[in-house]
Amino acid sequence: MSNGKRALRLGIAGPVGTGKSSSIANICTALADEFRIGVITNDIYTDEDARFLKAAGVLPEERIRAVETGACPHTAIRDDVSMNLLAVEGLEEDFDPLDIVLVESGGDNLTATFSPALVDAQLFVLDVAGGGDVARKGGPGIGRADLLVINKIDLGEHVDVDVEQMLADAREAREGHPVLGVSRKIPETVEALADWVREVHARFVKGDHTPVDPGPMAPHFHADEDAEGGYMHTHGEGEAAHSH
Amino acid sequence: MRSRSALLVLADGRLPTGGYAHSAGLEQAIRQGWVTEIGGLRDFLRGRLHTTGLMNAAFAVAAWNAVDEFMLAEAAPARSSNAESTSESTSGTASTTSTAEALLTLNAELIARTPSPALRRIGAWLGTLMLRSMRSIHPHPLLETLPKDLQQPLVYGAVGRVLGLSDADTAATILHEAVTGPATAAVKLMHIDPFQAHGAIIDLAADLDEAAERATDFGRGDPAEIPALSAPLSDFAAELHEGDNVRLFAS
Repeated sequence: MSNGKRALRLGIAGPVGTGKSSSIANICTALADEFRIGVITNDIYTDEDARFLKAAGVLPEERIRAVETGACPHTAIRDDVSMNLLAVEGLEEDFDPLDIVLVESGGDNLTATFSPALVDAQLFVLDVAGGGDVARKGGPGIGRADLLVINKIDLGEHVDVDVEQMLADAREAREGHPVLGVSRKIPETVEALADWVREVHARFVKGDHTPVDPGPMAPHFHADEDAEGGYMHTHGEGEAAHSH
Repeated sequence: MRSRSALLVLADGRLPTGGYAHSAGLEQAIRQGWVTEIGGLRDFLRGRLHTTGLMNAAFAVAAWNAVDEFMLAEAAPARSSNAESTSESTSGTASTTSTAEALLTLNAELIARTPSPALRRIGAWLGTLMLRSMRSIHPHPLLETLPKDLQQPLVYGAVGRVLGLSDADTAATILHEAVTGPATAAVKLMHIDPFQAHGAIIDLAADLDEAAERATDFGRGDPAEIPALSAPLSDFAAELHEGDNVRLFAS
């Protein structure tokens, strides 16, 4: 449980290309003067994301480490966290004390979330260019990550996505849990993201932060075949998944 | 004894110890054109089991036998209380030290039989991962006293001992992993289907059983006499793989 004696471990998940690495770059840039930060990246092919972040110059290079995931980035953050756990512990040991370790998942699908054995809190990143309907699709990351970021909101008009509607859909899917629209071109949105990290860190240090596991698939809605009503349901542990 | 069930757990590829990120050299062998189809995969697996697989299994058996009986017996009650473990008897401390020293000697013997620096690093990394995971999965004082950076087969040996497996079953586990790791990686790397890959493993069942017996004999003897069954092409593949910038597997 969180006691502030080690770094806050914050996971960043979300589909490929939505801006996980750039969200990390934004967080590092905004918080560099306040927190001692380290980053672990997870990649499908070697260390592309680590190289991006090193090139971005947001942190000293040696504080960015890559974990290779053997073509299974979702396994590395959920089913078998051993490599990431060892990487985080190694980083904390080598740069003691660190305040925050950011763990970036490899770009994966909507079902991948971090194990509570690896991170204290996690944010899930979608982007408007991926389609305005994605937030409505739900899933554990969208539904129950500690924060949902809708990224690249400046692109909405170019990809025919109503950003406000997408944010409203996301808030509905999350039943009041926080949603942030972010664009690196709109500084106040980046600052709002940084504020969220500050809040989580403050709670973590005080011992008030309780990790929440997004867990299995979120409650979701099935439209009736005849367009008459429909129903909400959840999937129990071990229950066979159905296709959506 | 709960050895049969524990054996199945230790041999299960889903055990969270980081092994799934490795292809045991198969990815680079494919990249180099040494393995191109199912026949090549069968040869690769057979070669691996009779060389590094057998040798690693022998070292796991040696590590299993290096764990001091006295230490294993003494260690168990000490886990319930820190006060007890700090006031451990001198004989308990001595057996901890002798087990650690024996494992370090075995580690040096295994490294001496592993020419590739890349494979030495990977062996130590996988050993560290397995130890880190098993300390959470099944806490035991022996696992707290192992030297750092042991090669993975030696950690397997200690873990097999802690789980109540026989040394021969621990050897069988290593050999199983030696072929199932690359065979399951093959499905992601080659134009073969998963049924062929697992068929190749089943076809090796008799070889694997026989190798486990040979490894047990080697491992129970003088460690200095364990044969250096390395595979030169695998050593080259490991070195080449480190410099390869686009790869699915870490090794």
